[in-house]
Amino acid sequence: MSSTELKSKAAQIRMDLLRMIHGAKTGHTGGSLSNTDILTALYYKIMTIDPARPKWQERDRFIASKGHSVESLWCILADLGFFPREELATFSQFGTRLIGHPNNKVPGIEMNTGALGHGLAISVGMALAAKKDARASRVFCLMGDGEQAEGSVWEAAMAGAHYKLDNLVGIIDRNRLQISGTTEEVMGLEPLEEKWAAFGWHVVSIDGNDIDALVEAFEAAPALAGKPTLVMANTVKGKGVSFAENVPHWHHHVPNDEELAKALAELEAVIGSYTQEGQVQ
Amino acid sequence: MANKIPNRQVICETLVTLAQEDKDIMVLASDSRGSAAMAPFANAYPEQFVEVGIAEQNIVGISAGLAHSGKKPFVTSPACFLSMRSIEQIKVDVAYSGTNVKLVGISGGVSYGALGMSHHSVQDIAVARAIPGLAIILPADRHETKRMTEALVQHEGGVYVRIGRNPVEDSYESDDYEFVIGKAVTMREGTDITIIATGETVRTALDAQAELAEAGVSARVLNMHTIKPLDEEAIVRAAQETGGIITVEEHSIHGGLGAAVAEVVVQQHPVPMRILGIPDEPAIAGKTSEVFEHYGISSSNIKKIALGMLGR
Repeated sequence: MSSTELKSKAAQIRMDLLRMIHGAKTGHTGGSLSNTDILTALYYKIMTIDPARPKWQERDRFIASKGHSVESLWCILADLGFFPREELATFSQFGTRLIGHPNNKVPGIEMNTGALGHGLAISVGMALAAKKDARASRVFCLMGDGEQAEGSVWEAAMAGAHYKLDNLVGIIDRNRLQISGTTEEVMGLEPLEEKWAAFGWHVVSIDGNDIDALVEAFEAAPALAGKPTLVMANTVKGKGVSFAENVPHWHHHVPNDEELAKALAELEAVIGSYTQEGQVQ
Repeated sequence: MANKIPNRQVICETLVTLAQEDKDIMVLASDSRGSAAMAPFANAYPEQFVEVGIAEQNIVGISAGLAHSGKKPFVTSPACFLSMRSIEQIKVDVAYSGTNVKLVGISGGVSYGALGMSHHSVQDIAVARAIPGLAIILPADRHETKRMTEALVQHEGGVYVRIGRNPVEDSYESDDYEFVIGKAVTMREGTDITIIATGETVRTALDAQAELAEAGVSARVLNMHTIKPLDEEAIVRAAQETGGIITVEEHSIHGGLGAAVAEVVVQQHPVPMRILGIPDEPAIAGKTSEVFEHYGISSSNIKKIALGMLGR
């Protein structure tokens, strides 16, 4: 996909997830909007995957350690054909497999995540297995910034560097907001990049809502042989919906009819701007 | 006994043998290769050994990732930390995600002796029992540990194994018997009462059976090596055929073997029952045998209780 196609795709995924959350009357809206560009870059440009063979051993792995913002992931997996698009309507409904966290009953989901601080250790195990089997598979692990307060993140960070896992890419959705307020109010994280560097990771800091920057950072990893890469993706919570951006209340606020219409119109306009340029059909 | 060796050593020796053929077998340690007796494995197969450092949450998460990619990880870590420090990883990354991780809790029960409650592991069975899909096994002696380890390599799914630290007296004469996960072994037939034991207390139950035989009591001894899935059929049959049950375990009286057996008995065939284990207190310091003696986990006390239950 070209850069404009990716940006257009991200807007479409945002529309899908807003409709899905609105229909289900529940969801983590803010965090899903902030990580949509990261997931779009990974799933439509970077990762080697095959929706027809979700368990293909040579595939790249994605672990959503911040499992609570799974909505963008459900919409992307459906869009790619891992499961029927109509199933999105079952999100969070009785008996669904599209629950509020990644669930490996759904093709394309590797592991059940959502308890914070688990994903990176799992990813270390996967990256270690790929090394031992001499597979080219890479492992991408998306963490939240609030999640950095979990001690288990740092146990895994140590192990990733110790085992020189340059096939491992950690990503932090650095949107600076968690349920109770800003990350720095709740539990100070800075200097976060220096902490990861001190743990032996190669750290890249980018605008995490800039798809071009994300693609460049992921394509460049590993920049240094023998070092895992940490992509500090500086994002805006609620990104793409003007009135939700940086508003803590949108962490799990569900748009009402009026808000949905307004948000969809904004995103339509984004897609329209790319189409007018004639770069997307 | 001349052949007395700790069960942890047996697990290592068995895995060293099996790993020759099976390159997917991996052993992980949390700075515990010495206490888990896994140094020979680490030396023989450095490529199949992973040191994680003192990080029990991490060791379970990494193992789940390895298992997800087709490896057969055996996590060897002190039972007290492995079972509780990382219980959420066991719940989510192993049980819920359905990964093929074998969790081997070493130095379990009170086998860390005088190190105190922080290092005793007498709540682990209760905690593990509450997790859906996780099997729980306590082997009785070196023979059973060998057969169990072979079975674990073949078994697909999460298992929590608990063994002690010290050499154990044999309960079996040899390893020439069928070990099936989830199937109790009738060590002695009997008609008057049943003693159900698990792990290293099976030996104590067998000794009690011999003492009871001398007193003219025919006691059945069941080795409930698998606490989950529990062999309910063997328990109900014991209740029906012998009319009374005594359970023996190196675990808190809350939530362990006794509780598991009682749940079956009370719902399916109520009979008088007694539960022997560690009471609801930080266990007293001492050697395992001294602690057992203090709390009445002994053949003489089992005999006394059995005679009381039989009105003799």
